[in-house]
Amino acid sequence: MLQCWASHHANAALETFARLVRSPLATAMTVAAIAIALALPATLFVVLDNLERLGGGLQRGAGLSVFLQPELDEARADELATRLQAHAEITRIDVISREQGLAEFRDYSGLGAALDQLSQNPLPVVMAIYPAPQAQAAEPLAKLAASLEALTEVDFARLDTQWTQRFNAIIALTTNAARLLAAALGLAVLLVVGNTIRLEIENRRGEVQVMDLVGATPAFIRRPFLYSGALHGLLGGIVAWIMVNLCSHLLQGPVGRLASLYSTDFALTSLDLHATLVLLAGAVAMGTLGSWLAVGQHLSRINPH
Amino acid sequence: MIRFEQVTKRYPQRGDALKGLSFALEPGEMVFLTGHSGAGKSTLLRLIGLLERPTRGRVTVNGRDLASLSRRHIPAHRREIGMIFQEHRLLPEHSVFDNVALPLVAAGMHRREIGRRARAALDQVGLLRFERALPLTLSSGEQQRVGIARAVVGRPPVILADEPTGNLDPALSREIFHLFERFHQVGVSLLIATHDMELIASMGHRTLRLHEGRLVADSGNW
Repeated sequence: MLQCWASHHANAALETFARLVRSPLATAMTVAAIAIALALPATLFVVLDNLERLGGGLQRGAGLSVFLQPELDEARADELATRLQAHAEITRIDVISREQGLAEFRDYSGLGAALDQLSQNPLPVVMAIYPAPQAQAAEPLAKLAASLEALTEVDFARLDTQWTQRFNAIIALTTNAARLLAAALGLAVLLVVGNTIRLEIENRRGEVQVMDLVGATPAFIRRPFLYSGALHGLLGGIVAWIMVNLCSHLLQGPVGRLASLYSTDFALTSLDLHATLVLLAGAVAMGTLGSWLAVGQHLSRINPH
Repeated sequence: MIRFEQVTKRYPQRGDALKGLSFALEPGEMVFLTGHSGAGKSTLLRLIGLLERPTRGRVTVNGRDLASLSRRHIPAHRREIGMIFQEHRLLPEHSVFDNVALPLVAAGMHRREIGRRARAALDQVGLLRFERALPLTLSSGEQQRVGIARAVVGRPPVILADEPTGNLDPALSREIFHLFERFHQVGVSLLIATHDMELIASMGHRTLRLHEGRLVADSGNW
């Protein structure tokens, strides 16, 4: 009995597939519409995922830049650094001397000639402070900065994390927008599949009526349409997956060049196995749901009992 | 086998199609149903197949009051009735075999058993050699025989036929009626709506005549 049930399902699925293949143009257009609706949010999620990784990589180097009072010399700075080293929140301190600071500034700013005009070095000694992992969150870091600023030797402390916090906030906001977009486009998939199934039911109206007359159960009549919806969804999901991967493949080169300019080894990632499964499962689920809605509405109109 | 008790069917626009109709069809009986078009023949058959429900009165099939059957019992009820239509109602995109097998597939029967039974039914109507053909490649008489094979494939105790020879010439009609006779001989109950009076007269079975929704003549032999 179970074997028999399974073979009927397999039959219905195969027949549905054969039917889709027989009208390739209509199938292709529906599948393309579904694929685009799925590929858009999927691409957005891939972009966000990459940005998040990129942000995470930068954040690991995040810390504090403590600018000492201008009149403070290197010897006093080293002394201070040794003192501060004892704090549990601080992992490492690099003291950047005035000369080092000037050299770096000359390299990065390109204002070499202008700097040569200066009679004396205007830069203070700077301490680059790398906080311990437990102190890297926004709040303890701010507290650490405040306590450092309270020291008389310190002019001011700058949080290097401010921009990563803004960056993270933007990512979070964009993720929420992407979710909304995904929901809206998911609804579009439902409508596309629903409309396709409605047309299919219309085309097979005679068949539906005859099946009803010879005593087919509603479940039996529904089955091929539900399979059709699921299959449309699956094909749309597969095409969407190909689209996203193609995009990221095409962008791999440019991103690599950009990363090498910034001397990082950042590489673009695409949909991983988990994301792929979510995409395909979601596509099948929305296809089935879309056809379920259409079937419920239109079959009862053809066969009113 | 089939019992109508004071059955009235009223359509909102057309008025009463059947008016207080009562009759009974015994198991194994072969009965003709005649009357001009619009006399209520199709309505009567539709009530038996539960394509419609009566406005008043009671219809009993095989001892079961149809009013007691809810929507979800309808498929099983229809599988116990073989229905034949004037316009065949075959599925044009499916082979003759698939058309005949449809009621068995819908009933969830095992594939091997389906093949055996569908071929037996096709053999009974003499169309086994066409099992792979599409219905539209067959003649009208052959298509009707496919319809008949589909009606009997589930071995229902009752067969209903609505103008089965309406589109056929006399020779083909006679052939179809001989087929019905054969089913009658193996104990199937048949109710056949037709206005082929000549053929009815030549076969000598009980005949019910409807006129404007009432039973006006019953050549009953019971």
